Amino acid sequence: MSAGVTGQRWRPPPLIVNPWLRWAIYGGGGLYLALALGTLQVNWGRVAEGLVRGWAFVAAFGNPDFSSRWGEISEGMIESLTMTVVATVVGVAISLPVGLGAARNLAPLPVYLVCRGIIAVSRSFPEIIVAILFVKMFGFGPLAGMVTLAFATIGFMAKLLAEDLEDIDEAQVEAVRAAGASWPQLMVYAVQPQVLPRFIGLSVYRLDINFRESAVIGIVGAGGIGATLNTSFDRYEFGTSAAILLLIIGIVMMAEYSSGIIRKRLQ
Amino acid sequence: MPVHTLPSRQVGWQRRTMVARMMRWFGWLLGVLVTVQCWQIMNEDTIWEFVYDAPAQAGDLLGRMWPPRWSVLDKLWVPLWDTLNMATLGTGLGVVLGVPVAFLAARTTTPSVSIVRPIALLVIVASRSINSLIWALLLVTVMGPGVLAGIIAIALRSIGFIGKLLYEALEEVDGRQIEAITATGASGPQRIAYGFVPQIMPVFAGISVYRWDINIRESTVLGLVGAGGIGLQLNASVSRLAWPEVTVMFIAILCTVAVSEWVSAKVRAAII
Repeated sequence: MSAGVTGQRWRPPPLIVNPWLRWAIYGGGGLYLALALGTLQVNWGRVAEGLVRGWAFVAAFGNPDFSSRWGEISEGMIESLTMTVVATVVGVAISLPVGLGAARNLAPLPVYLVCRGIIAVSRSFPEIIVAILFVKMFGFGPLAGMVTLAFATIGFMAKLLAEDLEDIDEAQVEAVRAAGASWPQLMVYAVQPQVLPRFIGLSVYRLDINFRESAVIGIVGAGGIGATLNTSFDRYEFGTSAAILLLIIGIVMMAEYSSGIIRKRLQ
Repeated sequence: MPVHTLPSRQVGWQRRTMVARMMRWFGWLLGVLVTVQCWQIMNEDTIWEFVYDAPAQAGDLLGRMWPPRWSVLDKLWVPLWDTLNMATLGTGLGVVLGVPVAFLAARTTTPSVSIVRPIALLVIVASRSINSLIWALLLVTVMGPGVLAGIIAIALRSIGFIGKLLYEALEEVDGRQIEAITATGASGPQRIAYGFVPQIMPVFAGISVYRWDINIRESTVLGLVGAGGIGLQLNASVSRLAWPEVTVMFIAILCTVAVSEWVSAKVRAAII
C-alpha cells in the first residue's frame, strides 16, 4: 500500500476502473438529469390540491371499506381468480409443444425458428396492449382477459422450458436411446424427469404472476378486479379501493408463500 | 449377470407403485375439475356471438391497421422522451427509496429483527404485489394526470423489486469480510460502507439496470391511465379508432423496448 508512504489517505477502489469512462458516465448522467428535470412539466398547483386527496387515501387504508361494494368486489375477485386458473392451465398446456420445438437439441431448424418466433412475439408486447387487441376481438369480459394471460404465459413458460431442455444431461438421453426407445419414450423416460420439477415450479410461479396481471388488464375492459378498482378510483371511493388493494396484497402474499413451499418440496 | 425370466404373470417393470399412480390420477382429476369449474364460472356472462366472429374481427383489425400512418411519428418524439424520463427518473427515485428499505430488511444489517425487519418486508411485499399501472391509476386520481404521477408510480413499484433482490444479496454477503472490518474497531456506518457496500455494489448496479429496462417497458403503457408518455397518445388513437396510428405506436414501443433491453444486457455483461 504505497498510499501510506505518499501521505495520501486510502480510498476504496472505484466500481469503474477507467477514470475517463467513469467521469464520462458521471458527466453524461448529470447532463441527462438536468435535461430531464428541465423538460419535466409539473402542475404544482394541481399536485398541492391532490395532497389532501392523497392523505384521504392513506387514511382509507386504516379504515378499508369492504362492505358497501362487496357485491362488485367479490364478483371481480372471482372473475380474476377463475381467469388466472384457466389462463395458466391453457397457457402451460400450449407452452409444452412450443417449448419442445424451441429447444435446439430436440427440434429440427424450421420448427425451432417457428417456435422461437412465437416466443418472441408473445414476450415483446406488454400484457395490457395485448389485452386491448383481444378485447377488440372477443368483446369485453373475462374471456378476452383469459386469452391475454394465456398468450403471455406461452412466451414465458416456453422460453424457460426451452432453456431447461437445452441444458439437460445428454448421457441419460443416450442411455435410454441405447435401450431402443422410440421418440415418445425418449421424451417420457429421459427428458421429462430432468425438466419436470422445475417446470411445475415455474407454472406455480406463473399462476402468481397471472393473478397480479389479471388485476391490471381489467382497466382496458378485459374483466377481473381491475375494472372494479378503476371504477372505485373514478368515484373517489378510496375506502373501497383500499379494500381491493389489501385483498390483492393478501392473495399475492398467500400465493407467494404457498408457491415457495411447493417449489421447495419439489427440489 | 444371470438373465431373469419373467414369471408367468408378465408384470414387467413399472415406474411407480400402485398407490403413487392412484394419487397422481386423482391429482389430475382434481386439476381438471377445478379448471372446468373455473371455465364455467368465468364464461357465465360471455356473449358467444362476439367470440365466434373473432377471426373476422381480427382480419378487419389488421386491414384497418395497415398501412401504418408514418406521419404520426413526428408527434411521438416528445412522448417518447417523456417515457424515457419517467422510466429513468422513476428508477432513480426507486433506488433512493429502495436501498434503505433493503438495509432495514436484511437480517445482517437491520437494526431490529423483531420490529423493523417485518415492517420493511411488508413495504417490499406491498410494493411488489401492486402493478405500476395500478399505482399510476391511484396517483393520477390523487395528483392529476402527467409525467410526475408516472415517475412516482414507477418508483413505488421499483422499491419492492430493488429492495427484495438487494436484501437477499445483503443476507448472502461473505461474513468473514464483515468480521474483519468489525475487528478493526469500525462503527456501524463504517461496517456498512467498507464491509457490505463493496460486496453488493456489482449486484446493486445489475439490479438497477435490469429494473430500468423493465421500467421502460412499463412506462410505455402508463399513459393508458393518464400518466404521460407514449401510452397517452396510444390511448387517444385507440379511442379515436385511428388504427393506422396505433400501428406506428406499436412499432415505436417495440423499438424502444428492444433498445432498452439491448442496453441493459450490454451494461450487465460489462459489470459482471
